[in-house]
Formats: sequence, C-alpha cells, structure tokens
Amino acid sequence: MNKMLLVFKHEFRNTIRRKGFIVLTILPPLLVLLGIGAYNVVSGITRPPAEVTEIGYVDEAGGFDQFLDQGNISLVPFDTTEAATEALVSQEIKEYFVIPSDFIATGVIRRYTTQRELNPPAATAAAIEDFISSNLLAGKVPEATVTRIEAPLNLVTTTLTESGAVAPEQGGYTNLVIPIVFGALLAASLMFSSGYLLQGLGAEKENRLMEVLLSSVSPRQLVTGKVLGIGTAGLMQVAIWVAVAPLLLNLASSSIGGFFSAMQISPNLLGLAVVYFILGYLVFAVLSTGVAAVSSSVREAQTLASIFTLWTIAPFWLLSLIMEFPYSPAWVVLSIFPFSSPVMVILRLGLTGVPAWQLGTSIAVLVLCIFGGLVLSSKLLRTYVLMYGKRPTFGEVIRNLRRG
Amino acid sequence: MPVVEVSNVVKSYADKVAVSDLSFSVAQGEVFGLIGPNGAGKTTTIRMMMDIIKPDSGEVTILGEKLTEASKNRLGYLPEERGLYKDLRVIDSIVYLASLKGMDRHSAEVRADCLLNQTGMLSHKGKKIEELSRGMGQIVQFIVTIIHDPELVVLDEPFSGLDPVNTELLKGIFVDLRNQGKAVILSTHQMNQVEELCDRVLMIDNGRSVLQGSLAEIKSRYRSNSVIVDADGDLGEIPGVSRKRAHKGYLELTLEQDTTPKQVLERLVDSGVVINRFEVATPSLNEIFLKVVGKNHE
Repeated sequence: MNKMLLVFKHEFRNTIRRKGFIVLTILPPLLVLLGIGAYNVVSGITRPPAEVTEIGYVDEAGGFDQFLDQGNISLVPFDTTEAATEALVSQEIKEYFVIPSDFIATGVIRRYTTQRELNPPAATAAAIEDFISSNLLAGKVPEATVTRIEAPLNLVTTTLTESGAVAPEQGGYTNLVIPIVFGALLAASLMFSSGYLLQGLGAEKENRLMEVLLSSVSPRQLVTGKVLGIGTAGLMQVAIWVAVAPLLLNLASSSIGGFFSAMQISPNLLGLAVVYFILGYLVFAVLSTGVAAVSSSVREAQTLASIFTLWTIAPFWLLSLIMEFPYSPAWVVLSIFPFSSPVMVILRLGLTGVPAWQLGTSIAVLVLCIFGGLVLSSKLLRTYVLMYGKRPTFGEVIRNLRRG
Repeated sequence: MPVVEVSNVVKSYADKVAVSDLSFSVAQGEVFGLIGPNGAGKTTTIRMMMDIIKPDSGEVTILGEKLTEASKNRLGYLPEERGLYKDLRVIDSIVYLASLKGMDRHSAEVRADCLLNQTGMLSHKGKKIEELSRGMGQIVQFIVTIIHDPELVVLDEPFSGLDPVNTELLKGIFVDLRNQGKAVILSTHQMNQVEELCDRVLMIDNGRSVLQGSLAEIKSRYRSNSVIVDADGDLGEIPGVSRKRAHKGYLELTLEQDTTPKQVLERLVDSGVVINRFEVATPSLNEIFLKVVGKNHE
C-alpha cells in the first residue's frame, strides 16, 4: 500500500479513537436532544392540566355575565366575596377575583389565591383579560373586532432582494441562531483538528520518532498523510453535524414549536460550512506543520499556534458589535482575513448575507494561503524537524527560509 | 558490489562544515564501525545515507542505487534520537512501523511475536509504550529496526542507556545479524564494543576521515614496539630493551628498533627468570582513538 495511505489510515484511526474527538462529535447533538427532552419533561410537568379549572369572580361593577368559558378556564360567578372565599377555602375553586364597582374608572381587578407566586400565571391572566374585554365590548362592536382588539397584530416581515423578489434568506433572530451554532462548531472543529495535527507532529518530534519515520517515508508523504488523515476525521465530524442538524431542528420544531418552527437551515449554509471547514483546516494544517517543525516541545508548539488559532474565535468576541453594526467594513476585512474568515463568513450568512464577491475573495485568499503555507512549512520541516533543543529565533527562521 | 558507497560527500550548515569530502564503502556481510568524538559528523553522515537530509555535493548509493522509497524498505535504521508513540500498544507500534517498511499486517504480527519472544518481551505486547521501562522501549525500537529483515542495518549508539543484561541480549541479536550475512553499520563512542563487534572501522573527526581500515590492520599500524612481561624477581639488564616502565602487576618493555619480541623472550628464558605472562603490546582502539583525535585537537 502507498506509504502516504498508511500514514493517512493510521492518523484517521487514531484521531477518531480519541476521547476528545468522540466527545466533541457526539456532545453537541446529544445536548440538543437532551434540551428537547428536558423541555418536554418540564413543560409536561407544568403544562396546565387538560381538565377545566374553575375560577370564581364577584361582579360588583355589574354587566360581566357572558363569556364564562375561556378555554380550559371556566369562570364561576359569586354574589359576595365571603361566598367566594368560602368556595376557595373548600377548594371548590382555584382562585377568585373581584371586579370592583369603580373598575371602569380605575381598571383595578383584585385577585385572591391560596398559592404563593411571583406573577399571575399567563394563562389565568389572559383568560381574565379576555373575559373582561369580551364583556365590555359585547353588543357594541362586531365579534371579529373583539378578537382583533384582544390580539391586535401579527407583524410578518418579508425581505426583498434588490430586484424586488423575495430574498431566500429572510434574516431575523431565528435565522441567526443556526449560523451561530454552526460557527461555534466549526471553530471548535478547526481548533481541535489542527490541534491534533500540531500535537501529533510535535509529539513525534519530542518523542524522537521523527527520524525513525523519515527513514521509512519521505517528509512529503508523512505530512500529506497526517494532514489528510486528521482532516478527514474532522470533516467526518462536521458532516455528522451537518446531517444531524436538520433532523434535530425538525424534532425541536415539532415538539417545542414557536421560535424553532420559524428556524430554517439553508442548504447554502451547510454547503459553505463544509467548504470553509476544508479550506480553514488546510490553512491551519500547513501552519501547524511549520510551527511544530520549529518548536522543541508540544507545549511550545501549542503556545505558538494559538497566535493563529485564536483568530478562529475572534468573530465571537465581536458578536454583539457585529449584531449592532452589521454593515461595518471591519466585518468584510475579517471575512477575507484567512484565519478568521471561515467562522466570520458563516456568522454573517445568518445576519446580513455575504455578497458573492466577498465569498469568492475569501475562498481565493484561503487557497493562496494554503499553497504559500505549504511551501514555507515544507522548508521549515526539512530544516528544523530534526533539530532538537533550543527553538530557533524568528530571525534565524527567516534567514533559513530566504536561504531556501 | 558494496552495500554502501559514499563518495566525496560534503554537508554544511549555516556557518559550520558538518561533513567534508567523506568517502567510504561497506561490503555485504561486513560489520562496519563508524567512530568519532561528539559533533564529528557521524549522525549527519548516517542521515545522508538514509536520505533524511541531502548532501551539498557528493554521492551516496545504497544497495547499488540512489535511495528510493522502495529501497528504503531494505534498510533498518535505529537512530540515536529515537522514540515511539507513547500511547500506542507495543504490538500496534511495531506493526505500524513495520507496515511503513512494506510488511503486511499478518507477517508483521507473526514476526513481532517471534522477536518479542526472543527478547523476553512477549508478555508486554499488549501494554502501552508509556508503561514500559526505558530499556524495554529500546528493545522494542531494536525490534522495529530489524523486523522487516533488512539487508543493511544502521545502528546509531544502539547500546546507550541499556543495562548489562539488555546489552548482552541485543549483542546476541547483533551477532545473529552478522551470522546471517547482513551488512551492519555501528556508530558508537564505546570503543570496546567496536573492538568486540566490528570488522572494519572509519574514524571521523571534524567531518573528515582520519582513520579507516580493518581493525587488525589499524591495530598493527599503531602498535608500539614493546612487550608486556609479568615475571618473578628482578629482570636486570636485558639486551635490546631501551626502556622499562613499571605498571601495576607487570612491566612494559620498549624494544630497540632491530629487536623482535621473540629475541627478548629467548633472552629472558635464558636468564632463568620465572615468567608468568609475556605478550606483544597492542594498543586498544580507545588508545588509538585518543591518540588520533587528541592529535587533531592539539
């Protein structure tokens, strides 16, 4: 078998067996599943019971005698507060409220309950509000108007493209959540994958394995096999998330609804997540190779590499600014700068969209960096990988690179 | 056809010449000692032979050709700076590194079992490398070096850091390799091991060859015209002896230029002295090393 393939197989197998890799792959979907499960359990416990709850009321103002059925809440009239209190104590009703004679002037409703609570339950408050407004308006306006007064509007916004067509990406918070989650996962995957490569090469240098390996394979075969082996494992991780995300969103949408049912995962986002993972990983891979070659230990290599990898998460530090000033030219720069572009582009896709020229430029810059980095890293690897002990100074590295 | 042919090889780093115009060859079935002080250029020479670094000029041929990916499979190399994957099991480490030498998994496993058994390590095959002692780790590295039955074995300081028991164990395998007719290059500082194991030596200093030849021929070349005598009583005046030096338990007699050891022995016997030991003094390789290298550093 080709030796590069042997290195590839070895690295791929070792990476997917790592505890850290398995946890990172499984944990995000598992957390979402647990979240959905926890929501169902908690909402199941606190959900208003299906049977009708009876709430008493005393009408001192007069005229509040219709619309006694408000969904699962049934309103029971009492003549006096004493009678209502007695019914409450004997648990015939859950609570009661009094509509004072001066209600029209003051708007005050007095509510009595045996339960200690921070706020009246939303369902109870809504039922009382609807009961009051329905009775006040009964016979004065058409029934449809009553409904409209109770729920005045539902603001539905549609974003149009410059040509006036409906834009495929409609924006809004619901559409920002998915890119933020994907951006975070992408950053984690990029940092872990390039970290594994750095750790692997650094350990082979630190453990003095490099020379044994280089007596069997060429530096090119070794590095290509490692980069592709670990990269494929990382890509598999991203692919698993990409495949699972729509399923989980469907599950969340059907069981939780509301906010989640408004969320969409665009195929563009999924496709670009994969493209930016591959390109971003390769940029960090060639950098990690160079850094590992000049470092004398894994720890030193990790410290040096963090100068580059920290840029991956930089868009998250700036997230609130990005949301506040989404059209700042600074974000365009970060979308093209190769160390921050993979995550920045994914985040901006959910917020404002990214123009095609910026996507093209950022991909071109990444590709250029990969090839440039490959040339520099191979030189560094050949020169420094078998030098142990003191790390060369930056000046020495530059001089050696110039000398070729 | 020599197994190794190094011709006029030169290698320089930034401001230092590591190897300068070095030439030597190693024949099939020969154990070749590469000796020299620290920083002499031994490891650089070996790395150029292994195609890990490229020479600035000169040529290296291994097994009759320039080293290729395929011919790398016919070499076994134990570098001085060596190690293994700490978190991998012994058997997995051996099988992976053997696969990089062109062995299939099954053959590598069978041969690994055989060598682990031979070195008393079979019970450790399922352990992680980090659980082994340093000596055990070195035995595993030695196994990795020879598992694919290479035609040329290059060992750089193979016995450093080993206890006497493990040293003897590896020497046994070393002798097996020699008996199988493999070409072996042994690079070491330990002159007694070179004397014990090598047929020919190359001594390099400051990247240059300072001494090359068969061990017997070199020793003969550096032989001083003296004999060692352990006798009872005073030897008195011996014709043909220019100088007597007393050492603990014996005397070293320096002979005049036209006197032979045989003549001195006859004269001693004739004088009636009781002789317990009489031998022609030959310098140890260590003494030759110190003499040659010392002269270069004066």
